[in-house]
Amino acid sequence: MTDVVTETVAVDAEGFLLDPSQWDHELAERIAHEAGIPLLTDRHWLVVEFMRERFLTSGTAPSIRSLGKESGVPVKELYELFPKGPAKLAAKIGGIPKPRGCI
Amino acid sequence: MRKQIVILGGGTGGTMIANRLRKRLASSDADIHVVDRDNRHVYQPGLLFVPFGLADPDEIVRPRRRQLHRGIEFHEDEVESVVLDRDRVLLAGGHELAYDVLVVASGARLLPEETPGMTGPGWGERVSTFYDLEGAVRTRELLDRFDGGRLVVDITDMPIKCPVAPIEFVFLADWYLRERGIRDRTEIVLATPLDGCFTKPIASKHLTHLLGEKGIDVEVEFSAGEVDGIGGVLTSYDGRTIDFDLLVTVPLHGGAAFVGRSVGLGDALDFVPADPHTLQATARPNVFVLGDATDLPSSKAGSVTHFEAELLDRNIERALAGRELEAGFDGHANCFIETGFHKALLIDFNYETEPVPGRFPTALGPLPLLHESQLNHLGKLFFQWIYWHALLPGRDLPLVGPNMPTAGKQLAGVAEGG
Repeated sequence: MTDVVTETVAVDAEGFLLDPSQWDHELAERIAHEAGIPLLTDRHWLVVEFMRERFLTSGTAPSIRSLGKESGVPVKELYELFPKGPAKLAAKIGGIPKPRGCI
Repeated sequence: MRKQIVILGGGTGGTMIANRLRKRLASSDADIHVVDRDNRHVYQPGLLFVPFGLADPDEIVRPRRRQLHRGIEFHEDEVESVVLDRDRVLLAGGHELAYDVLVVASGARLLPEETPGMTGPGWGERVSTFYDLEGAVRTRELLDRFDGGRLVVDITDMPIKCPVAPIEFVFLADWYLRERGIRDRTEIVLATPLDGCFTKPIASKHLTHLLGEKGIDVEVEFSAGEVDGIGGVLTSYDGRTIDFDLLVTVPLHGGAAFVGRSVGLGDALDFVPADPHTLQATARPNVFVLGDATDLPSSKAGSVTHFEAELLDRNIERALAGRELEAGFDGHANCFIETGFHKALLIDFNYETEPVPGRFPTALGPLPLLHESQLNHLGKLFFQWIYWHALLPGRDLPLVGPNMPTAGKQLAGVAEGG
């Protein structure tokens, strides 16, 4: 990948930030843009910041269902905001590691 | 005063920890109580075999009470709630149990009704599950009269119990339909919210290869949002659809309902947050969590519960004595994966190390890791005997300790975690 994000901060093979402290709002917008979300609305930010907050306080990012139950944004809307994998995409935009997915 | 130990749940974890503690603690020092709503202990790994006629329901159910050692009091009652501030468990029958140490071992609960349409018209006819006994029996009847078409197995969302079971189900379905001579007119599809058939990359690659060889399609990143059980359509949240003639679903999972009724105990899905290495609940120092009831990033599987129990008995003894807990659990899991035609794979992993090829439990084997063999299949079958006669009574298994062995594993170049 030779895009603008990976040229400025260190990311893993799938484009997730390696160091969450390098994140800022401007970077989030650039990651979103590259992922095909041209504009981050208030609803996007609510989810991204919820994810980030949860990761920074608990060490793990919430699953899509916990996200739906706790963020106040219903799962269906999460998919509209962040197509395909909302938890994954919101984590990427929020500058935290890919959710591990409990196994 | 004798200490009061109350264990919620008389399944794999609750039975094992009760029996292990009864061996460790003198009757004059501690009373042990186990609470469960019924007296039927299901050997859950057996549920996979029921739909294919490879196990009968009565072979995999035994009375819970009979699995508990003498000196353990069994209460057949529903838990109303836990009152953490008063160290008490309220039972639906009106009884109260006061505890010095509480163990939450109440497992995971199936929530098919949380997916719109899943339990509506067509449930039990064209839509079924094998994740509980009633469903497994129903799935057997539906498979018996299945005459070709599209069989879809769907994981609604993680976390689920035994994440390899849906993969095993499609492998066995492939075998079963070939035996019946209708495989050539059946499509088998595995739909999963994950980005591969399994969460761990190396095992996922091996399993994807096997699925391909058997002609089983995998639909990844598919999060089921709605089921039409009459029309036979499964729709994802992002609007993709999969048509089915028979849908075998793995429904959403949550923790026990009483967890949700107990202030401060659980998370949004009613699982109980706990320290990943000591198993102490985040809520209170005198509460511990075991098995599927936890929110830990380990598999919800009997092997994990067993390895946890081997640490938890010591930690409860330490807690009773006011000593520091041992941060000894490493997330160890060990699972046979039935692949059909009397073969199975074996995987062995923990929080940090994903499943890799090699041998288990030592470099000499005898069991091959991530490789199909008949010996692994026999191991899986023999395991039921071990379960009732060694694991539940609280005996340690020779050669299989709580921590993951590394001796036989091909670990070179493997990235951490997964």
